[in-house]
Parts: sequence; structure tokens; C-alpha cells
Amino acid sequence: MALFYVFGAIAVVASLLVIAQHNPVYSVLLLIASFGALSGLYVLLDAPFVAVIQIIIYAGAIMVLFLFVVMLLNAPREETEEDLARGLATLAAPRVRTVGAALAAALAVELSWALTKSGGESGSFPGGSVSSVAAIGRLLYTDYAFAFEVTSVLILVALLGAVVLARREAR
Amino acid sequence: MPALADYLVLSSILFAIGAAGVFVRRNLITILLSIEIMLNAVNLAFVAFGRALGAADGQIIVFFVMTVAAAEAAVGLAIVIALFRHRESLDPDSFTALKG
Repeated sequence: MALFYVFGAIAVVASLLVIAQHNPVYSVLLLIASFGALSGLYVLLDAPFVAVIQIIIYAGAIMVLFLFVVMLLNAPREETEEDLARGLATLAAPRVRTVGAALAAALAVELSWALTKSGGESGSFPGGSVSSVAAIGRLLYTDYAFAFEVTSVLILVALLGAVVLARREAR
Repeated sequence: MPALADYLVLSSILFAIGAAGVFVRRNLITILLSIEIMLNAVNLAFVAFGRALGAADGQIIVFFVMTVAAAEAAVGLAIVIALFRHRESLDPDSFTALKG
């Protein structure tokens, strides 16, 4: 199906541009585009619930939080002249980049090899799939009820932690 | 129809892009964004496997991963703000006070 390749290409290109951009604001906006493409892939996978919360929570909440922090810090200042000069002085930065890119390429090859070769059967998907939100909600409140409740505690702790960490120290 | 293997290859490519971002970039915000890319790659693999198995468990795990990602982003960004107030810099190489 052509839609898979369209969405996949958008996700890959947008993600590549995220790590290639020097201005963090553009990085955040491109990542939102990548998440939109992933949401389309979830629709293709018969998972409309995940597609919707991908848009609402990831693109709508988490990325807005990122954007807020980027604009709060007002710091599109990576790799200014002095940073580049310092990187060239230590001669570490270019080598680190080459090795990092090579490691990432090796990781991609290894992961796709391991994930596709281990399964064995590699046909198209079977007919039956669970896509109704009611079924997911029922599972969340029965089989996964404990994890669901623990998640609420996690959110509370993260909330308190963020407030405490970002608070300006009173002197 | 794209098969399970196609989604897994796409997922591993996205994960490698995120890992490359963590390796290559020298900006705490972009590193956090790369971690989000990796989490999303794993989410895609979960949903694809769940579709292949015909079960809803993959989507439920994705729900939990998103919750943890939200908590991680909140705490991580709070740490970034605190560090930026401390050093006026987002370069991870400038935070070496704990180095032995």
C-alpha cells in the first residue's frame, strides 16, 4: 500500500531533520510532523485509539511542553562560533560525530535484521484485530488495573519532581 | 499490504535515527527530542506486533509508554531548566562537575 511508504518516508525524513536542525524550535516542529506521520501509520495498523492519543498527548501536550521550554530558555545557540572553535581545538567533535553516525547505522542494520529474521512468518497481517476503544478500556481496568493505578502515582511524582527541580532557589 | 517486517524495519530505522541524535548532538533539548524519537520507534513496533498477534495488549503498552514519556519529559525539562540557570549553557559537555 502506498500510504505506508508515504507516512514512513515523512516520519524518517522529519526525524532526520530533527537531529540535523541547529535551531531547537524547528526541531520540535519537525518532530510534531513526524508524530503526525506515525499517527497515520497507527491508523493503517487498525489502532485508532493509539493514533488519537499520539496526536493529543504527544503532539499536543509533550511537544508543547518542549516548545515552551525552548522558548523560555531562548537558546537557539548551539554551535556558535566559539563552540565550533572549541570543538576544532579539541579535535574530538568530528570524530565523535563520525563514530556516532556509524554506530547508529550499524544499530539500524542489526535491529532490522534481528527483528525481521527472528519472527519466521512474514506474511501480511491476519484478519482479526482489536481496534475498539471499549475493548482497550476494559483491558486497562481489569488485567492492567494495577499498572494503570501505579501510572497515576508516577504522574504525581513526576509533577512534584518537576516543580521542585525547576523552582528558583530562594536566597 | 505492508507486512509486519516492513513496520519493524521502519521502527528500527527510526530508533537508529534517535540513537544517532543522542550520539551526535550537543544540545540537551535535542537529545531529549531524540529520546522521544526512540520511544516512538518502540511504540510503532509494539503496535505492529499487537496487530500481528490480533491482541490489544500492544496498544495498552503504548499507552503506558506514552505516560512514562510524559513524566520523563516533564522531569527532564525541569532538570534542563535548572542546569541552564546554573551554567547558562545547554551543552552537556559543560556539566562535568561530577567527573572524577
